[in-house]
Amino acid sequence: MMSVETEIRFKLNGREVALMVPVTMNTLSMLRDKLGMTGTKYACGEGECGACTIRIDGKTVNSCLMYAVDCDGRELVTIEGLRTPEGLHPVQQAFVDHGAVQCGFCMPGMIMQADYLVENNPNLTREEAQRGLEGNLCRCTGYTKVLDAVEAVVEAKKCCGRC
Amino acid sequence: MENNLTAAPIVKKTLIGQRVRKPDAPEKATGKTRYINDMVLPQMLIGKVLFAGRAHARIIRIDTSAAEKLPGVYAVLTGKDAAGLKFGFVRDNVALKDQVRCEHDEIAAVAAETEEIARRALLLIEVEYEDLPGVFTPEAGALVGAPLVHQNFPGNKSLSFEFKHGDLAAAEALSDYVVDNVFRPHHVTHCCMGTSCAIADFDHNGKLTIWTQTQYPYNYKMDLAPALGISPGDIRVIQPPVGGAFGSKLDVYPYEPIAALLAKKTGRPVKVIYSREEEFKAAPTRQAAIIHMRTGCTRDGTLTFRSADVLLDNGAYTSWGPTIPVIMMRTTSGHYRVPVVDFKAQAIYTNNPYAGSFRGYGNVQTTYATAQQMDMLADLVDIEPLEFHLKNAQKSGEVTPQKSFLRECVLAECLETAAKASDYSRKRKEYAALRDLPGRYKKGIGLASSIHNAGGAKIHKSDGIGTILKVDDFARVTVITGASEIGQGIDAVITLIVAEELGVPLEHVTIVNNDSDIAPWDVGVHASRTTFIAGNGTRRAARKAKEQILNAAAKMLDEPAGTLELRGGSVVRDNCGTPLIELDRLLRRMHFQAEPELVMVSDYYEPKSEPEGAKHISDHSAAYSHAVHIAEITVDTLTGEIKVDKVTVAQDVGRVINRMGLEGQIEGGIAIGLGYALSENMRIEKGMLTNPCFRDYKLITAPEMPPLDLHFIESNCAEGPYGAKGVSELPTIVIAPAIANALYNATGVRIFNPPMSPEAVARAIDETRQAGGRRESE
Repeated sequence: MMSVETEIRFKLNGREVALMVPVTMNTLSMLRDKLGMTGTKYACGEGECGACTIRIDGKTVNSCLMYAVDCDGRELVTIEGLRTPEGLHPVQQAFVDHGAVQCGFCMPGMIMQADYLVENNPNLTREEAQRGLEGNLCRCTGYTKVLDAVEAVVEAKKCCGRC
Repeated sequence: MENNLTAAPIVKKTLIGQRVRKPDAPEKATGKTRYINDMVLPQMLIGKVLFAGRAHARIIRIDTSAAEKLPGVYAVLTGKDAAGLKFGFVRDNVALKDQVRCEHDEIAAVAAETEEIARRALLLIEVEYEDLPGVFTPEAGALVGAPLVHQNFPGNKSLSFEFKHGDLAAAEALSDYVVDNVFRPHHVTHCCMGTSCAIADFDHNGKLTIWTQTQYPYNYKMDLAPALGISPGDIRVIQPPVGGAFGSKLDVYPYEPIAALLAKKTGRPVKVIYSREEEFKAAPTRQAAIIHMRTGCTRDGTLTFRSADVLLDNGAYTSWGPTIPVIMMRTTSGHYRVPVVDFKAQAIYTNNPYAGSFRGYGNVQTTYATAQQMDMLADLVDIEPLEFHLKNAQKSGEVTPQKSFLRECVLAECLETAAKASDYSRKRKEYAALRDLPGRYKKGIGLASSIHNAGGAKIHKSDGIGTILKVDDFARVTVITGASEIGQGIDAVITLIVAEELGVPLEHVTIVNNDSDIAPWDVGVHASRTTFIAGNGTRRAARKAKEQILNAAAKMLDEPAGTLELRGGSVVRDNCGTPLIELDRLLRRMHFQAEPELVMVSDYYEPKSEPEGAKHISDHSAAYSHAVHIAEITVDTLTGEIKVDKVTVAQDVGRVINRMGLEGQIEGGIAIGLGYALSENMRIEKGMLTNPCFRDYKLITAPEMPPLDLHFIESNCAEGPYGAKGVSELPTIVIAPAIANALYNATGVRIFNPPMSPEAVARAIDETRQAGGRRESE
């Protein structure tokens, strides 16, 4: 009665992973239920809230909308993979410093998306950040401090290595 | 001096009003925080609930035999397993039903090894229903001969409230102007990003441990016990981190006793967790109502009376929703100086979803009416709304008809500050002059204010909090407090206060506040009370510890009593800051001396407020506060879309404690209020929710969040911690009518049935133009 399972291999936060997954399972469930990577959150399961945002081959996706089998041969980064051995990733640090975290449930997805935005646009404006984070719902913060944090990261990056 | 400290003085630096990071933010930002939704216990089963999916029906037959036989299923429960276990505000609810009264009524529940098995088991349960005629509006429910939702509530009457003050007929006779409108605030829901979840487990003595999202752990035990037929003393409540609450976790909802009943039946821990669709359907709503409000004033703009006749859509069961008149009437009687008040409210059972408490608790709905009527009256009197507001604004020391004592009242200062910062009066005139000229896009500016309790609300017998504080041999402080953390940031406030009082680094403070077997009594996170109440409790406990430490230090160091202070991790002379001994060394010496002492203190703080009482004439909060919002908007008169360009806020916060957390509360509160004002709407057709998803139920997103100009007015509340007042509900309360008044300024239309959606606004503009024979939109 169980779904057909198949073996997939991929890179998760820099480490090789091989496991059997049901062909009907989505990537979010694989991360949370199979691999115990609970940093990535379920909040709607239909791609409307962004809480399950992860990176696949550099692009951000709603992991609830992607079959786990489609991860085969690809490279995944989750919120757990953002942290560096030295400590918090600059985007994570900015979110902490600017008070962008309240209940924090949407934050893993929000931070993954924010990191993608600042990485791909060194001159990201506040308006562009608002657009870029439109798919990430937050019920606590009103986004203001999230945008403050993103702006601070952009500014810090501009400065880096030149002054 | 007998220590190795350099004698460099340690200057006093206050943390009050500074920006302090939330202690749990790094864990949350890295995905390490284990929310209840993430928790897995050994041997844990997954519980799923079968919802009725119809609004009103009799259950003719229910057959669970096929579900019970499915491999991996451990228990299937139905209404008979919860028979007689009534719970709820008026004991009208039960965890599993034998009759259907609303769409999300819980008919059966399954515990299985996996969620997939549990889901398949639900599909195997056969239920035969006989649908019954239902009632879907409070007007319909109140009709003679209407179908009854509960046989033991004749006339479908649930709770009712009344407050009268002064001679209404005389006040009406005195009034040169009266505005008379019916407002219909709608159903919205909390949309916590973490869906509802509970994990239950019984030990061999029959003691229940429940991991749950509750924001009121102690009364929760009282409320959960009857749903299970056990003693409240046999319930241990553990509160893991939650993905939002906003008032939605201020009651027991059926999934919690269902998890416990399944755990009891199976002898294993059982987790019930909702999908988003289930969350939309089964989580509580904000109370929908029909508010018939009238307000009068004299020719010179002095308010004469306010009356409100309120009909509440109780929904199928009575949670906190229909209790909101307690606050509705405080606004009706206390929003500006109202000499005569006539308030009554009746809640009527319907077959709709039922409401719980939601940030703003009745005041969101009421202020939508009162603040628009203030604007309408100013228009009739033909004076500046700002002047009209100022003329009727209370001052410090005034008492409202319900005996709310406005000890420190800075409403006038809030009004003037916001008006000046936004250039309100000039813009309002300018936009009004442009209103009837050609042009698709119209600008508007609107002012609204409100009053709310800001020092708790004594609606229970107690509004107090217990605090235990210990300082260990390494000068690390642990605060064991009843105050729950639901994301609002009381953790940062407590940490800041301890560091302020004991002169220790913020990182050296640990908070234990999530286990009812450990932490002492608290009433819960509600009524904008936690910074006020828990802040006081923490400060009192910290000061007790400080007194003990400084007394010991004075004795040990042979310094005069009352001359020492704690600063920078040391004991210092207060006047010059000269360090005398490191705090941790002192604590070890206190501990290991001939007459040893540990620093561990306790405190119980009960605010000076009066119980609400059946007559509702009491000073029920230890403080009251006002906020003024001025919204600037652009209206697309063709599509009806409102873009909020800017919001200026002036709020009486008493005193800023953690500036960053305070800003976050105001910003987030406004976001919820914006959704209420503009887009959020549970579309319920004959009791069935038709938009249970974020695609069709539209929350405010990042691009829609306007720039905010925040002004904190510090009234220095004598009873508040360092002068602080509670802050978190007013932002949600005031924004919608500010936008409504801006919409009027821009277009001359008012929306009495929120939300002010594009459809509603476009329709209202068209109707006004047709009625007035004005030009078509371009």
